[in-house]
Amino acid sequence: MPSEMIRLFGVNHKTTPLAVREKLALSSGYEEPLSRLAALPGCREVYLLSTCNRVEVLVVAEDGADVDTIIPAFLFGEAVSADKYHEYLFSYQGDDAVHHLFMVAASLDSMIVGEAQILGQIKEAYRHASVGASGPILNKLLHKAFSVAKRVRTETRIGSAAVSISYAAVELARKIFGGLQDKKVLLIGAGEMAELAAENLVGQGVTEVTVANRTLANGVALAKRFRGRAVALDELMVELERADIVISSTGATEVILHRDDLRPIMRARRNRPIFFIDIAVPRDLDPALNELENIFLYDIDDLNNVVEMNKSEREREAISARRIVDEETLKFRAWLDGLAVNPTIAALRRKGEAICRAELERTLPRLGELDDQQRQALEKMTAAICSKFLHDPLCYLKSDDHRDQTAAKIRTTHKVFGLEDDQA
Amino acid sequence: MTFESVMMIEEISYLLFQLVLLVSFMSAAAYVVFFVSRRDQVRTIARAILMASGLLQTGYIVSRYFLAGYTPITSQHEAVVFFAWSVTWAYLSFRWRYTVKNFGTLVSILVVGLLLVAALVSREVAPLPPALQSHWLPVHAGVAMFSYGFLALAFCGGFMYLVQEWELKSKRLGYFFVRLPSLDSLDQLNRHCLTTGFVFLTLGIITGSLWARQAWGTYWQWDPKETWSLITWLLYAAQMHQRLTVGWRGRRAAIMAIVGFLSVLFTLWGVSFLLGGAHSYAQ
Repeated sequence: MPSEMIRLFGVNHKTTPLAVREKLALSSGYEEPLSRLAALPGCREVYLLSTCNRVEVLVVAEDGADVDTIIPAFLFGEAVSADKYHEYLFSYQGDDAVHHLFMVAASLDSMIVGEAQILGQIKEAYRHASVGASGPILNKLLHKAFSVAKRVRTETRIGSAAVSISYAAVELARKIFGGLQDKKVLLIGAGEMAELAAENLVGQGVTEVTVANRTLANGVALAKRFRGRAVALDELMVELERADIVISSTGATEVILHRDDLRPIMRARRNRPIFFIDIAVPRDLDPALNELENIFLYDIDDLNNVVEMNKSEREREAISARRIVDEETLKFRAWLDGLAVNPTIAALRRKGEAICRAELERTLPRLGELDDQQRQALEKMTAAICSKFLHDPLCYLKSDDHRDQTAAKIRTTHKVFGLEDDQA
Repeated sequence: MTFESVMMIEEISYLLFQLVLLVSFMSAAAYVVFFVSRRDQVRTIARAILMASGLLQTGYIVSRYFLAGYTPITSQHEAVVFFAWSVTWAYLSFRWRYTVKNFGTLVSILVVGLLLVAALVSREVAPLPPALQSHWLPVHAGVAMFSYGFLALAFCGGFMYLVQEWELKSKRLGYFFVRLPSLDSLDQLNRHCLTTGFVFLTLGIITGSLWARQAWGTYWQWDPKETWSLITWLLYAAQMHQRLTVGWRGRRAAIMAIVGFLSVLFTLWGVSFLLGGAHSYAQ
C-alpha cells in the first residue's frame, strides 16, 4: 500500500480569498458532503474538514483513480470554473499530505499560529468521517494527528502566550490577582472594545460587571449582556472603591481620572490592588496612576507591546514545533511502509509453512511408529529451521533506509522467493 | 554509651551531614532546572529531593543529639543547621497548604546556602556550658529558630514580589514574568509566613525571658541579643499592625519582610560576632 495513495486537496486563508471560500463552505453540515465524497469512484477512505479558514479533503485513493479531477470538481462545485482551480487549490500526496495534516492539527498553519480551536474542529470533522467514511489508514492518520498536536502543545510553548489584546489583558490580570473568580470588573464607557475585553474576562470567571456610562441607556444595554449593573458616570468614585479591574474606553478628549483622585480611593480600598486598562484614544487615564502603589495601568500601546512580544515568542516556538511535525511524519511513513510489507511477510511465512507441512507429510509415514512426543519434536524442528531461514529476509524487508526503497524490496523478495504476484 | 558506639554515631553523623549537603544541593539544582525549563516532571523530582533533604536533616540533628547529649542548637554549626532545617520544614508545611509557583527554587537555594555556611564552621561537639544546662534550651532556641524559618520564607516571598511587581510596573514582561507567581499569591504567602513567624518569635522572646528570670534572676537585662531580638520583634509588630489597620500590603509588606529578615540575620550572627554579650556561647 504505497503512500502515494494518500491525497490531500484544499483551500485555505492563504491561497483563497474569503469571497471564494464562502461559496465552498459546507453549510449543510458534514453528513451530506461526506456521503457524496465517499461515493466518488476510486476513493476508498475519505475525510473532510471545513472551517471558516479552510476546506480540506483527505482521501485514500485506489490505484488508477482520477482523483486529480474529481476531487477539485467536488470541492469547487459551481463556484469556480475548472480552469481557475489551480489559482486557489493546493494538493499534496503521500508524505507531504501527512505533513500538511499534522501542521494544521498542530496549529502551525493557522492564521494565528498556536491558536487552540483548530484541533477541536479537526476532532469534530473526524467524528463525522469515522462513521463509515474513513478506514484503517485515515483512522490511524487522524489519531496520529491528534497526538502530534498534543505533543506540540506539551513540548513547546506555542500556545502559552496571549496574542490578542483582550487575552493579554486577561494574562496580566492573572499575574496580579491570581484567580479571577471573585473579581469585579468596571467598564467606563460602553464601547465595542470594552465589550470584547469584558467578554474574555467573564469567560475567565469574573462574576460581577458594572458599566458606568455617560448615557445611561447605552450602559444599561451593555450591562444586560453580562447580567451586570449600569451606573451613572457621577458614581464613578464610589464604584472605584469596589472594582478590581477597570476598563476605560470613553470618547472623552481629556483625562477623566487623575493620580490625585485615586489616593483617597486607595485608602478606602485598604490598598487592595486595582488594574486599570485604558483602551481609549486619546487616553482616559492619567499615566501617572501607574506610579501609585498597588495600581497597575496599561494603555492600548502597552497591551500592543505585550502582544508583539508574545508573537515573536511564538515564532521561536514554532521552529521546534515544526521539528516535531517532521519527526512524526517520518514515523507515520514507517508505519505505512510496515503496512506495505505486511502482505509480503505473510506470503513468505505461508510459503515456509506450506513447505514444512508438505515435507513432514512425506517423511513421517516412512519413519514407522513414533509416539506423540517424537512427532512434536520433529514438527518443532522443521518450523525452527524455516523461521531461522526466513529471519534475514524479514529483517531486510523491515529495515529502515535513508531513502525509501520499500517497493523495490518487495519486488525483489517476490522474485527471489517466487511468491505469487497477486500479493504485490 | 560505650566508646565504640560513640565512634559509630560520630561516623554516621559525619556521613549524614555530607549526605545532607549533597542532597540539598541536588534539590536546588533540580529546582533551578525547573525554573529554566518549566517542565512539571522536573518539579516533582525537585520536590521529592527536597523532602529527602528535610528527612536527612532531621536524621542529622537526631544523630547530633545522641552525640552531644543535649539539643544540638548551641554552636554556630548547630544553630545554622537547625535554621536550614526549620526553613526546609516551614516550606514543606507551607507547600502542603498553598502552591506558589517557583517558590521552591529560591527556598532550596537559601537552604543550600545555609548548609554551606554550616559546613564551613567548626563541627566540633563541645561540652554544654553550665549556664545552658536547662530544659529551657530546646524550648527557647527551638521556638526562635522556627520563627526564623518562617520569616526566611517571608523574605523569599518578598524578594519575588518585588521582582514580579517591577516586571508589571515597567511593562517589560520578560524572563521572570512568566516564571514568577501572581502578586496576590505572593502577598498571601507574606501574610501567612509573617503571622506564623511572628507568633513563634513572640514565644521565643517570652520563653527566653522566663529562662533568664530562672537563670539570672531577671526577666530582661538588655543583653545585645535581647535588644536586637526586641528590635526585630518591633519591626515585625509594626508591620503586622499596619497590615491589620490600614491594609499595608504588596510592595511595602515585601520591603518590610526583607528589612525584618536582615534584622533577624543580624540578631543571629552580627550580634554574636560584633557585640558579644550573654548569648555569645556560639563562636
